Amino acid sequence: MTTVETATGATKTMVLNMGPQHPSTHGVLRVLLELDGETVVRAVPDLGYLHTGIEKSCEDKTYSQAITLTDRMDYLNPLGNNLVYCLAVEKLLGLEVPKRAQYVRVMMVELQRISSHLVWLGTHAIDMGAMSVFLYCFREREEILKIFELFAGQRMMTSYIRIGGLALEPPAGWRGAVERFLKMMPSRIDDYESLLTGNRIWMGRLKGVGYISPEDAVALSMTGPTLRAAGVAYDNRKVFPYSSYDEFEFDVPTRTESDCFARYMVRVLEMRESLKIVRQAMAKITDSGPIRTEAPGIVPPAREKMKTEMEALIYHFKIFTEGFSPPPGEAFVTVESPRGELGCFIASDGSPKPLRAHFRSPSYINLQALPKLVTGELISDVVACIGTIDIVLGEVDR
Amino acid sequence: MAEHLRAWNPNAIEEVIEFRGETTLVLPRKILRAVAERCRDHAELQFNLITDATCVDRYPHEPRFELNYHLVSIPRRDKIRLKVRLSGSDTVVDTLVPVWPGANWLEREIFDLFGIRFEGHPDLRRILLPEDWEGHPLRKDYPVEGYRDVPMVTGFRKSSV
Repeated sequence: MTTVETATGATKTMVLNMGPQHPSTHGVLRVLLELDGETVVRAVPDLGYLHTGIEKSCEDKTYSQAITLTDRMDYLNPLGNNLVYCLAVEKLLGLEVPKRAQYVRVMMVELQRISSHLVWLGTHAIDMGAMSVFLYCFREREEILKIFELFAGQRMMTSYIRIGGLALEPPAGWRGAVERFLKMMPSRIDDYESLLTGNRIWMGRLKGVGYISPEDAVALSMTGPTLRAAGVAYDNRKVFPYSSYDEFEFDVPTRTESDCFARYMVRVLEMRESLKIVRQAMAKITDSGPIRTEAPGIVPPAREKMKTEMEALIYHFKIFTEGFSPPPGEAFVTVESPRGELGCFIASDGSPKPLRAHFRSPSYINLQALPKLVTGELISDVVACIGTIDIVLGEVDR
Repeated sequence: MAEHLRAWNPNAIEEVIEFRGETTLVLPRKILRAVAERCRDHAELQFNLITDATCVDRYPHEPRFELNYHLVSIPRRDKIRLKVRLSGSDTVVDTLVPVWPGANWLEREIFDLFGIRFEGHPDLRRILLPEDWEGHPLRKDYPVEGYRDVPMVTGFRKSSV
């Protein structure tokens, strides 16, 4: 065990091990806390308990095969991971995706954002001692997962977004399902707010806890709701629009208090903004039109074509046996995941497998600020700080 | 951007790569830190956020390693990639933690998985792998399935931190 050097004298402080099996670390995070009484003097995060070498595995798969690995990084945002990976490969190939597919992508990742924030809100409320909110949040999340099942046949690891478009045509009756959800959700968010926002215990646990100045937040490369709660309106959907986000009207909620309560408020407001985006996307998605781009040799041909055209059959065979080879070069794409800026860097050497696939995971980099947030706070507030950074350990360790 | 840096120091840029609308500036290793400071501080550049840093191993080609730093300027809404090439025999580069504290864990990850040393880094330890791990898995000469002949460690070991 490496010793944590004491800042206020060796006899005064004690080192407490928190995790890796602590429920409020939302996975397997370990934090070494040096305590002076109940005050945190120093915190050292220790990670890697969930390291599965996804980036190394990607190097041994063809470009299309690696999509399924991306689902499993941030398991609360699989569609967002699919999206950033596919955008990076599409950029490498210089591929243009049909508008209809882009709008479906936007709708799906915004639904995903709501479901991710719901999991965050529910689990964070449990951490703070409010049991019932968890049950309500998971009830609504279930509805979103049902929509995903309708679209992709899978609830969580959908791999629905593919290079060049989507895996499947939107199913019959999807409009009704999404419409029902959109109708139900605003009043449900009101319910969460009436349970929490004005709740004295909730305010007492979160207000003024875990402050970080906007300058420090930017210097430590924080992004996402944590950064926006510090008053910096940096949102990839607005600053570097992708997948036609520039055609949507929505606000980027910010707060200036930069404490745990501000982060909670930003996420709740983001859910409402996401509902707005889903509604607009629904209106934009036409009932017919291509969901995949025409790129022989890269995007699998339609089933009917395979049965009638020789070339289509050959391409289909080649795509799934040897894959396709993008030109040598590098591409870096960032999207706004529920946790912050999710980036994908792909280097190609002209072979059918990526030379290097790297994921800039927001959880990993936001977690870097944890020592800054908790130093000087009480030990009970460490739970609030870890919670409001909103980490997913699958993504931290990759 | 490239002209700006060339005007400041004629030797600042070895190569400018434009690919798919992304600009990459290849820098000599010696002046990486100075360029980084200029990128952050100069009023025309203002790259205040280091969003990502990663490494590419081009083994068996030399120079083998390529370090990529992805910078974002929030006020100017701009992106740039800085690239430094390192040979496999001399894998040392200046740290950027004093310029952007957020580079800390990014550099630790590269150190852990590629074995690049960052001169002057305040806390250069392995981050994802255990401290007693041998080798750097993301290097191309490290097998994807790992080394099979490593003996299984049984019983409890001392914790790595």
